[in-house]
Amino acid sequence: MIYMDNAATTRLSETAFEAMRPYMMDQFANPAGTYSFAATAAAAVEKARKQVADVIGAKSGDIYFTSGGTESDNWALKGVMTANAAKGKHLITSAIEHHAILHSASALEKQGYEVTVVPVTPDGVVDLEALEKAIRPDTVLISVMAANNEVGTIEPLERIGEIAHAHGVLFHTDAVQAFAHIPLDVERMHIDLLSASGHKFHGPKGVGLLYVRKGVKIAPFMDGGAQEKKRRGGTTNVPGIVGMGAAAEDAMAHMQEIAAKEIVVRDHLIERIEKEIPFARLNGHRTQRLPGNVNFCFRFVEGEGMLMLLDAQGICASSGSACTSGSLDPSHVLLALGLPHEIAHGSLRLSISEETTLADADFVVDTLKGIIERLRSMSPLYEDFVKNGQDAIA
Amino acid sequence: MYTEKVMDHFMHPRNVGEIENASGVGTVGNAKCGDIMRIYLDIDENQIVRDAKFKTFGCGAAIATSSMATEMIIGKSVQEALQVTNKAVMEALGGLPPVKVHCSLLAEQAVHAALWDYAKKNGLVIEGLKPPVDDVDELEDEEA
Repeated sequence: MIYMDNAATTRLSETAFEAMRPYMMDQFANPAGTYSFAATAAAAVEKARKQVADVIGAKSGDIYFTSGGTESDNWALKGVMTANAAKGKHLITSAIEHHAILHSASALEKQGYEVTVVPVTPDGVVDLEALEKAIRPDTVLISVMAANNEVGTIEPLERIGEIAHAHGVLFHTDAVQAFAHIPLDVERMHIDLLSASGHKFHGPKGVGLLYVRKGVKIAPFMDGGAQEKKRRGGTTNVPGIVGMGAAAEDAMAHMQEIAAKEIVVRDHLIERIEKEIPFARLNGHRTQRLPGNVNFCFRFVEGEGMLMLLDAQGICASSGSACTSGSLDPSHVLLALGLPHEIAHGSLRLSISEETTLADADFVVDTLKGIIERLRSMSPLYEDFVKNGQDAIA
Repeated sequence: MYTEKVMDHFMHPRNVGEIENASGVGTVGNAKCGDIMRIYLDIDENQIVRDAKFKTFGCGAAIATSSMATEMIIGKSVQEALQVTNKAVMEALGGLPPVKVHCSLLAEQAVHAALWDYAKKNGLVIEGLKPPVDDVDELEDEEA
């Protein structure tokens, strides 16, 4: 099997797994316990807090553990907007955010909050001019992702943070795809809140974090016990947190070499696809791009068929086609880049990890070439294109 | 998510291609929604479907339903071909996930559109044949 869906989830690392193991068996204590048996678990959680805080240059006291990226995004938006309602009810976000952000924003809208969705350039970079123009006296929060999950574009966080703070607006970033993959610094980038998720960097599933800068007003998301400074109730997920911490430390220690390795494979994929498959379009920014992301649209074919044929050859990938979203519309991200529906339906995302080799990449391109050819030979759109010498679907 | 039959017809689609000087050609669906089906019919003087071919832009289910629909109408009379409903195509495939039902409607409508084209070219009236519908989702809503 060749696994090229690391943006969906990654394999748990040996390091993370070994770090977690004792906390599932011998050290099973609830860290809230007052007996000394609980102290080991409590110390392990605090160690992990420091490990993840170091990834973003934050103080460990500003890290709150959650169940994952979706919870962190929900909490950031809903918690900040409700706690700062006295200042205003306006929120700004971008058109290419994850649904955890966009649907949280819609939920807030239903409760009377106002949301401005800022467009992006054809490369997927947030339109900074539009962003600044959208700021109003009652704007409380700007939420823009650190890097896009589908097309891999890295957003200019430092500039966005500067704009936000120049206007006295809080800045949240959904860093689920970027955390522990590319350098992030909450000070330099003026980030007030940041979401991350353990399983995107070889940590376990079901655990994530929200960084909340000290002094930022945020309502609790989970009412319950006194965990996480009474801001997020629920028994502490000790093994998950420990695993995420270990994975974060590991990723931080090797970030540059991992990224360099991935970029070689990524660029090899991009180069071969562009050279060898006609009517292929690279989606996302060519250079300001996650090291592990490749995303193409192949005209005249539809994504699900591609995925099924890749799967038949043991290749795991994903697509933003309608058929994979369960609706008739292709991915909102591809549409926001300005792609027409018919082209967006033919998208393919290959997301690699440091475990992906050049040989894997070659096998995928060789296989893909045949698949695209085969699907095009079955496509009435391609038939019309060939016959009419023009784009019949334009 | 798909039955073995669907996978078989997707992996090994029957009757892919074109028919030159076809008796009737029908294209339905639109690229915006992610699927287009085109069916070519070769119909003899006794109004028997001698051959059928298809081309489809769409998901696995769209390709499988086109393949199955062409298989089901070859050798049938025009009247019999008209009776091959989307339900019959779905049953022959061992069922489809609910979100893919519209693919089977598309296949049914592509056959109807090709028959309509054949009737028009030959100045015939095929009893029970309605003009092709462009938006199959309207049909789906009616049935729902």
